[in-house]
Amino acid sequence: MTTVRDACRHVRSKNAGPYWVTVDLFFRDAERFARYAGSPALGPALFERLFGADPALVQHHRIADLGILKVSYPRTSPQGGEVERDMHCGQQFVRLLDVRLE
Amino acid sequence: MTEGPIRILVPSGSLGSGVREAEVRRGVALGAHAIATDAGSTDSGAAYLALGVSKNDRGAVKRDLAILMQAGAAAGIPVIVGTAGQAGGDLNVDWTRDIAVEIAREHGLTPRVALLYSEQDKATLKALNAAGRIRPLPPLGPLDDATLDGCDHIVAAMGPEPYVAALQAGADVIIGGRTTDTAVLACFALMRGMDAGAAWHAAKIAECGAQCTVRPADGAGVLIAVGTDGFEVEPLNPANRCDPHSVSAHMLYENANPFRLTEPGGVLDVTRARYVALDDRRVRVTGSVWEPQPYTMKLEGAARGRYQTVMLIGIQDPDVLCRLDEFHDRMLAALYERARRSLGPEAGDFHISLRLYGWNAVSGDRPPPGAPPPREVGVLFVATAETQALATRIAKACNAWFFHFPIVPDQELPSYGFAFTPADIERGPVFEFRLNHVVAVDDPLQLVRTAWIDVREGADA
Repeated sequence: MTTVRDACRHVRSKNAGPYWVTVDLFFRDAERFARYAGSPALGPALFERLFGADPALVQHHRIADLGILKVSYPRTSPQGGEVERDMHCGQQFVRLLDVRLE
Repeated sequence: MTEGPIRILVPSGSLGSGVREAEVRRGVALGAHAIATDAGSTDSGAAYLALGVSKNDRGAVKRDLAILMQAGAAAGIPVIVGTAGQAGGDLNVDWTRDIAVEIAREHGLTPRVALLYSEQDKATLKALNAAGRIRPLPPLGPLDDATLDGCDHIVAAMGPEPYVAALQAGADVIIGGRTTDTAVLACFALMRGMDAGAAWHAAKIAECGAQCTVRPADGAGVLIAVGTDGFEVEPLNPANRCDPHSVSAHMLYENANPFRLTEPGGVLDVTRARYVALDDRRVRVTGSVWEPQPYTMKLEGAARGRYQTVMLIGIQDPDVLCRLDEFHDRMLAALYERARRSLGPEAGDFHISLRLYGWNAVSGDRPPPGAPPPREVGVLFVATAETQALATRIAKACNAWFFHFPIVPDQELPSYGFAFTPADIERGPVFEFRLNHVVAVDDPLQLVRTAWIDVREGADA
């Protein structure tokens, strides 16, 4: 079993403006990037399940030179609302760490 | 005019975050043609636009701006500040203007100061919306008048054109309202005819100061040198370095799309950009492309919503810690019941949230069964209601229940740890962004107002 935590040397999340969140997965090496960056396990359905994002709006960007998969998704409520728990979304990456890639 | 490169000294990621005097001296010595920095962002939330205040300490902003204005005056180069006062609304610009005037007087400086305002009145925007000039960006839908009416302040993010106009009119210091971070840093090189792709890309790389370096904590700023076929970037601290990885990785930061960045009047495309080490601390970038598009400005609107009153307790009681989810559900139900019974229909459509820090406050998720109990938790009570007075009445009604809610029935009432008296804290309104729209304009200066101040002889705007 390989999880995101196993395959990546660094994972981070950050708000991209008030309505979007962006997650960067830094894979450990080119081999793991090639193997996992296109994995269906990291597809739009995952971001719908973990974050309630509209799967039709989830964007995937693969940066092979840097070995990075970037995923951006809309927030379910805009930054700073009545039930805000993570203004910068800087802790949202944690839910991804144990996702199984294979 | 097209001789390059044009060197822009970017002293820090944001005005007030701690400009380093030695770095500014070094950037000037390296031949900087202008000093440029932004002074805010939407990242810290909507409160700063809604209230027209900065999140930064006034003294910290004054200290940074004084270093820049003195350096700019001594070198005879302009100082360009965008998104003044954190949010770039008119009140935020005026707050920064007063600081600049104070600095000029204290240091005997006599700059021509241009103020660029991009706050929008609702009537103008309603007319533009009715004319089909405003469109939504995902995930929002079409704009209606009620949404505009609900906003306290609305700004349009400027591009480089108002800055170029002010520079050409002789500005020594520019204090701009809401502007894209990149436009503030790109404007001078664009004015001097450098390659547009290089100017915008360099600005994006430098927008957070030393964030694009190998050791972001080891310095505050960078120098960008923008030419006719690419740009170079280096840290202002000689002991720090940029390498192709640190520079290219910065395109990822805070961007939904790392390859294409929409700006007023075009899109920066860096899909084919090449990052090469010039030496052990400078990076050269080529292949950045600017694609002109119809001119649009992004709108940001901040509104105040309902009001909140909060209370906080700490719990170490092991009887509670081993049943936290049950404790949360039972206490929340009891608090709702208590507030409804105590206030009756007057309470209206209120909301109570309990957040268990140390357990699941950040995610709100239920931990998996069998998760080990923590050593202690902090419980934040948040009441949200139509008015501050009502939110506080709800908190006061819940006070005894929140501080003494028992998990074991028929025992002596517990008392949880609280640190303040009075225990309820009025937090003010919830501030939210309400707009994610762009407005199409025929002229980049159409929605911008420029004012000038002359600080000589005690003259004021």
